[in-house]
Amino acid sequence: MSTKTDKIDRLSELSAAKEDEHGVSLWTEALRRVRRTPSALVGVGILVIFVLVAIVGPWLVPYSPSELMGINEVRPGVIPGPSAEHWLGYDHNGRDQFSRLIVGARQTLLVGIVSTLIGLTLGALVGGIAGAAAGLGGRIGRAVDSVLMRIVDMLLALPSLLLAVSIAALLGASLTTVMIAVGVVSVPVFARLLRGAMVVQAGSDYVLASTSLGVKRTKIAVSHILPNSLAPVIVQATLTLATAIIEAAALSFLGLGNPDSATPEWGLMLADAQQYLDVRPGLAIFPALGIIITALGFTLLGEAMREALDPKLRK
Amino acid sequence: MPLLDVKDLSVTFSRRGQRTVRAVDGVSFAVEAGEVVGLVGESGCGKSVTSLALMGLLPKQKGVTIGGSAMFGDTDLLQTDERSMRDIRGRDVAMIFQDPLSSLNPVVPIGIQVTEVLTRHRGLTGEAARKEAVELLNRVGIPDPSRRLKEYPHQLSGGMRQRALIAMAVACAPKLLIADEPTTALDVTIQAQILELLRELVRESGTALIMITHDLGVVAGMCDKVNVLYAGRVIESARRKPLFADPRHPYTNGLLGSVPRLDSGKGERLHAIRGSVRDVLPWPDGCAFAPRCDQRVEACVGEPPALVEDIHRHAYRCVNPESRTAEVPS
Repeated sequence: MSTKTDKIDRLSELSAAKEDEHGVSLWTEALRRVRRTPSALVGVGILVIFVLVAIVGPWLVPYSPSELMGINEVRPGVIPGPSAEHWLGYDHNGRDQFSRLIVGARQTLLVGIVSTLIGLTLGALVGGIAGAAAGLGGRIGRAVDSVLMRIVDMLLALPSLLLAVSIAALLGASLTTVMIAVGVVSVPVFARLLRGAMVVQAGSDYVLASTSLGVKRTKIAVSHILPNSLAPVIVQATLTLATAIIEAAALSFLGLGNPDSATPEWGLMLADAQQYLDVRPGLAIFPALGIIITALGFTLLGEAMREALDPKLRK
Repeated sequence: MPLLDVKDLSVTFSRRGQRTVRAVDGVSFAVEAGEVVGLVGESGCGKSVTSLALMGLLPKQKGVTIGGSAMFGDTDLLQTDERSMRDIRGRDVAMIFQDPLSSLNPVVPIGIQVTEVLTRHRGLTGEAARKEAVELLNRVGIPDPSRRLKEYPHQLSGGMRQRALIAMAVACAPKLLIADEPTTALDVTIQAQILELLRELVRESGTALIMITHDLGVVAGMCDKVNVLYAGRVIESARRKPLFADPRHPYTNGLLGSVPRLDSGKGERLHAIRGSVRDVLPWPDGCAFAPRCDQRVEACVGEPPALVEDIHRHAYRCVNPESRTAEVPS
């Protein structure tokens, strides 16, 4: 008897669930699917902690990250390790490593977000123009598209780290430089992705349908083709955040980052630690762990979003 | 003067290294104001290409050649430049497509897609546009239109989607509507509703309709005049009644014979036309239908049959037509 009532309950649940679906856009639907993916939840969890630490970290830390409090205890070949007061010990200048790690999250997040935004904006601009021109612009449009894409191809042909190093060397070592360099490196990826998606969408039925209603080409490009082409770009942005953090760390490591070590940043901390690897490997391990875990968070979320937004995987 | 006068329309696609394809090969027909004209034929006979050519929607690139003329009032739709075409499309001539789901933008709510046309051609914005959109959806039989405006295409049923597309097409009361297989993607009961809606719209507004279909049932229920296409040419053209009562071309006859009938005997096999649409003789070498024709005679091969018209304005392109069965009123 109970199984029967269970079934009825289940049925009413199902029919009730359908009611909810009114007013659900594709994005809301995608978000719901992300929420159902365990790995995405892990990624989001990591990122929430990371962002919280980045925002409130400076007020939480026990010591100032720039105060050379243990300078007298640091001698060549001796850097004091973890203790009750200093959980991760001192760095090579006698500053509290734990405080530096916490405060460093903010700079790291900033570098990741700003450089991704630079890449996304420039890339979307180039890719959007090329895509719209290729899809709707006729013969002239195709020419514009070819020129833009060949430039993008040239950028893509250079190894990304080499390109970033060249840009950083050109602009002089600073945090801004790192952001610009890492951003520019990701421009071709965004440009190609958006252009490709837009060209595909330009051949779709709804574009033909709105053309048949006399809608202008710019309007079609902006309000029909673009919104349908953004999904892969947004996924790529999430994944780029991860690589941007790693690349920024690499540039800092190579000495092209902020030369002022008073504001801690994980890549820079890693770079500084390399001279003391034999004395205190912990100095390198913890910032590296921070970078890896954060990048993992972004990657997990990005992969889940890719699956949620992929129309081929949609049931 | 007819509303639309298509003369000798031809469309060829050529690609380097491949055979040139004449998708439409000298098609002529006329559409009077308020009239429903059918273009009938199986896949690949050139019906959709004809409609795209009339709308100026064929890709303008090397390898696509369009010939002939299509006078719409004083303008030749085939010669008009893209800029003026954009003003004509949606305002004077509009089109309804086959698949309503893919013809609507999936990430934009219905309301915005409907008001877009109103803004473009009638200059309506804001509340005025919204009101008109509600009115339009109401007119095409979408219940609760103000709520539907906020919904996305995937939340509407197939029939609703097609109604929304029809609403967009008739938003500016065009003089000519082209419906390219508007019911193919819908199930049978919805098909009937959509056809009824189209019939109503045509009757009320005096819009002329070109009905492109492969479904003879649709033709029988809707069209005033019928043009049967085969391999890019009109092979038979007549008013509806004579065409159904007395098909002259063996292909038309075969099409009619392949439709199941209520009054046919039990266990009777449906008639099928031999071969497939690929077994085509190029028109210059004779009748394209000859390889599949049961009534083929020697004269079918050699030179293309001319379109002959009998006294009832019933035209057919056949040297050995079906014999007249009975006197029919035209």
